[in-house]
Amino acid sequence: MNAPLAAITLQEFFSRLMPDEWDSAVRAEWALVIAAVVHAALLIGLFGFLPLFYIWLERKVAGRIQDRLGPTRVGGRFGWLQTLADGIKLIQKEDLAPSAADRWLFNMAPFLAVVASFTAFMVLPFADGWVAIALDAGVFMILALMSVEVLGIILAGYSSGSKWALFGAMREAAQMVSYEIPMALCVLVPLVAAGTLNFGDIGRMQSGHLGHWLIFHDPFTFLAFFTYFTTATASVKRAPFDLAEAESELVAGFHTEYSGLRWSFFFMAEYASMFAVSGIAALLFLGGWHTGIGPIDAAIQGLRDPGATEFSVSNYIANLIGATVFTLKACFLVFVQIWVRWTLPRLRIDQVMTTCLKYLVPISCVLFLGAVLWPLALAATLGRTTVLEGSPSLGKTLIGESRPLSPREKPLARSANEGIFERFEQPSERPKIPSLARRASVNQEGSR
Amino acid sequence: MMLDAALFWLFALIACGSALAVVISQNVVRMAFWLVMSLGSVAALFFLLQADFVGATQLLIYVGGTVVLLVFGVMLTATGPYLQIKTSPGEGLIGACLGGLLLLVLTYSVMGVGWDDVTGRMPGESPAMAETPGDPRIQSGATSRSLGLAFLGLRPDAPPDPTLTRAPAPGYLLPFEIVSVHLLVVLVGAAYLARAKRRVDVES
Repeated sequence: MNAPLAAITLQEFFSRLMPDEWDSAVRAEWALVIAAVVHAALLIGLFGFLPLFYIWLERKVAGRIQDRLGPTRVGGRFGWLQTLADGIKLIQKEDLAPSAADRWLFNMAPFLAVVASFTAFMVLPFADGWVAIALDAGVFMILALMSVEVLGIILAGYSSGSKWALFGAMREAAQMVSYEIPMALCVLVPLVAAGTLNFGDIGRMQSGHLGHWLIFHDPFTFLAFFTYFTTATASVKRAPFDLAEAESELVAGFHTEYSGLRWSFFFMAEYASMFAVSGIAALLFLGGWHTGIGPIDAAIQGLRDPGATEFSVSNYIANLIGATVFTLKACFLVFVQIWVRWTLPRLRIDQVMTTCLKYLVPISCVLFLGAVLWPLALAATLGRTTVLEGSPSLGKTLIGESRPLSPREKPLARSANEGIFERFEQPSERPKIPSLARRASVNQEGSR
Repeated sequence: MMLDAALFWLFALIACGSALAVVISQNVVRMAFWLVMSLGSVAALFFLLQADFVGATQLLIYVGGTVVLLVFGVMLTATGPYLQIKTSPGEGLIGACLGGLLLLVLTYSVMGVGWDDVTGRMPGESPAMAETPGDPRIQSGATSRSLGLAFLGLRPDAPPDPTLTRAPAPGYLLPFEIVSVHLLVVLVGAAYLARAKRRVDVES
């Protein structure tokens, strides 16, 4: 019993470490708590480290683009430790609040922004199965969580009691509320091709070679990637859409009155959100944790042991490679965001709104409509729903093959290509199905 | 499960306490903040019941949408007299009466439900007897599929008739579409009412 490595999840691992005398339910519960703490610590570590790295990267890239060197001294030749030094400086600063501020809200607002940004990391998978919370509605969930961050910004601007901050917050609110629409529509385009909201399934179906990446699935997903990236840049308020900060007009926008650690929280949230939106782009369009090169992907897949009932080193290595690939892709997209920031001038607020409402919303609507019609058009001409054979497609396995369906049920079964009926057929293999599926399967057996 | 129960009580207390704070506090923006706490805790309660989709919807629509719009509206309109909301004792009394009556109705209807029949049918069951943590379905996050299938008409609470004589239970697609179109009409109407009214006066 006490063989810690004979475990698949961290929870199982800890529950095996605990003394045998304890009741198994108690062990499972405490193991769950410890595993949750470990997972949270890992994610918080990543959440803290990424901004550290990206701020350094931003300085280096900005320096290069402006024909400077960027940081060179702190921590050796490349200035690796510049951000850490800044962080130490920020912690030492006095925590100031203007006398006109709503002190209590002023103190809470940075935490709201940082918590909302952090929670998005919980549903972001880094490799096949390396995700804090796997959800069927993962994509929906992450969009919902990221929409909360704006509230921290608005409250910060409002509670500062300063005109500049209030203007920044109002711009931010207007920008966010409008850019969420094209962003969600662009996310829908690859989802229509994938037929699922589960990040894990979306990542897995893009294995194989480059042609299986959803960006190359059809022309609409290809265009949707660029539209998504534009709206995502706007939604994390990066230049050319950083109207909420707009140093040349609004001093520093919504965080004018903040100093020290609270100020740095906003930047942690911003840089972490940059990673989150880039991670979503990598998962939905760019093949997730797959390299996209057929033989390498096959070799990594060969390391995996899908039927493993205990901790397997080869699975771990495969996931580690996957997580590295995924992080590199996301970091590349963050690099592009930095590149864009130091290349393009800031838009005016009316130009920002025009870009969104007059261009991005219609474009994403057309893309969505096209993505819906694409499989139908292909089915009419080529006889299959994807251009390439074996590409990920909606409705590969249809239910209703194993039992006669009434005419009214047939269209429903076609849309619901997998799921409940599979489970209806094999009630004995999964003993822990809740009673609803079991009851339905009993009904079905009665019909035979 | 002890852990589930503890989390349930924690989030239930936050939800109720923040709801109370919304009523008690007098600053409109602080009310919005407490509203966020309350609605977020309700979303957490949904997650505890393994109703991930409903919880995410709660976050997206109420926290990320409605409250943001509320704060946005407050920022545009609230100056001086409107920022602080002071209720007279009479208003407080009427509000308390109405709230108490609503609580009474809710308690009465909750008591009237035969929970033993219902909990057997729900995937998450009640928080006190949620799925065991080892359930592969819950661990892999497959919590929304039955919801989606019910939407299309494959309803777990009304399994398909084995003899195929009775028509299958209706799905929720049509009600959903009706509600969506209704909301669209409301949006168009609101945009029409709020449009810039530039009427050229010919006489003058």
